[in-house]
Amino acid sequence: MNELVFIALATLMFILMIALAVMVIRSKDLIKAAILLSGVSLIASFVFVLLRAPDVAMAEASIGSALTAIILVFAIKKTNRFEEGGEEK
Amino acid sequence: MMERTTFHRSLPAIALALLFAATLFVAFVEVDFGEPRIEEELPVNYQPGEEIDTENITTPGLRYLANSSEETGSANLVTAVVVNYRGFDTLGEVTILFLAATGVGALLSFIKDDDEKKKKKILPPSLILNKGARLVLPLIILFGVYVFLHGHLSPGGGFQGGVIIASGMLLFYIAEPTKGASHKVISIIESTAGLAFIGLGIVGLMTASKIFLANDFAGDWGEVGMLVSAGLLPLIYIAIGFKVGSEMTGLVEKMRGDGS
Amino acid sequence: MNGLALVFYGGILLLIAVGIWGILSRRNLIKVIMAITIIATGVNLLLVSVGYISGRAAPIVGGDTGIDASSTTGSVVDPIPQALVLTAIVIGLATTALALVAAVGYYRKTGSLELKSWSYGLTNEKEVKK
Repeated sequence: MNELVFIALATLMFILMIALAVMVIRSKDLIKAAILLSGVSLIASFVFVLLRAPDVAMAEASIGSALTAIILVFAIKKTNRFEEGGEEK
Repeated sequence: MMERTTFHRSLPAIALALLFAATLFVAFVEVDFGEPRIEEELPVNYQPGEEIDTENITTPGLRYLANSSEETGSANLVTAVVVNYRGFDTLGEVTILFLAATGVGALLSFIKDDDEKKKKKILPPSLILNKGARLVLPLIILFGVYVFLHGHLSPGGGFQGGVIIASGMLLFYIAEPTKGASHKVISIIESTAGLAFIGLGIVGLMTASKIFLANDFAGDWGEVGMLVSAGLLPLIYIAIGFKVGSEMTGLVEKMRGDGS
Repeated sequence: MNGLALVFYGGILLLIAVGIWGILSRRNLIKVIMAITIIATGVNLLLVSVGYISGRAAPIVGGDTGIDASSTTGSVVDPIPQALVLTAIVIGLATTALALVAAVGYYRKTGSLELKSWSYGLTNEKEVKK
């Protein structure tokens, strides 16, 4: 792969990943945060492909974006959906 | 107004986190990105494809790269490291996984008691989800089995295949909120797979090298690239696949609880 | 230190910093667990990127890959960090589930997910007892 394409893709992915991570932390709605978190994992699996680690990318894609998100959603359903001070918005 | 107070409160946290990142970054300036660090011990005028003397090599990565196709017969070097060179380590990881899954079940059994009162009504899923999941589930499980069967030839392996099967079962749970796989069947599959892992390790004790989890049949049954080329390695990965798949399915089912 | 190192190490360390910010500034237990998951993703990326070698192929040899199975040295990336991270990801899910169950237990005991009594200056006895 062209060096320039590689560096541009990596930069784009990291900007997206950090933006999504900040949105996870700032969001008051926990279900929304769980879904954004699965987005972080999906982009991370793309970065693993860029780093020539297809095995790790497969594991991260299926665990990070499917199973972690659903386990978080199950736990949130047993507790509160909103963080304190987030319901009235 | 509200926003400003929360921002004020988290300002020290942001400062601390950035300080931490800056400290680590200063440390990582020394670590070159993309350098062939594992190959520092190679001879000076080394050509790719040349034979190297692995007796004096101390870097594990280089030694594994040089010897793995003769020693393990696996085309996927990550699989060779996970199952063959670090097989005992993987047995430990699988044990941690089992302990965590058991811990989830144990903690949930303590918590459950006062949950019975407020049982919510379960909404039935839509027809499309229900029927579509029935159609797709066998294909997902077939794909998972393919991934862990070919773990030594293509990207993938027991961990990935098991997790793919678990996500297929997750789709089934969403489509059928009242049903679930039998706990008994899951635990039987899980313990059989764990025992198979240890049994295949004991086979290594009985063959030529007399080492636990040794892979003495590597290359005896075929060339690198064939399904049977890697000796006991695919069998161990199949055991790991069944174990991880059943454990993750059990974990998701325990977290789901009784139809809430 | 070239541009790629700046992008990868800088991006990964910023991601870890976001996770640390989340742990330090949020008091909701599930949000703290999410921040720990972000840090885990960052650490996995860091480990794999240390093992990356420019211009090399993925560590799979023979067959259609065009890499001779008998001489892999000098043509593929380091497989050891990838093997390490592969198991770490799977273990991470199990430990996250364990932490979430502990958080659900805390909710059942106190009726809230907020860690009030642990943050100084904001303790409210009545609300903690509820």
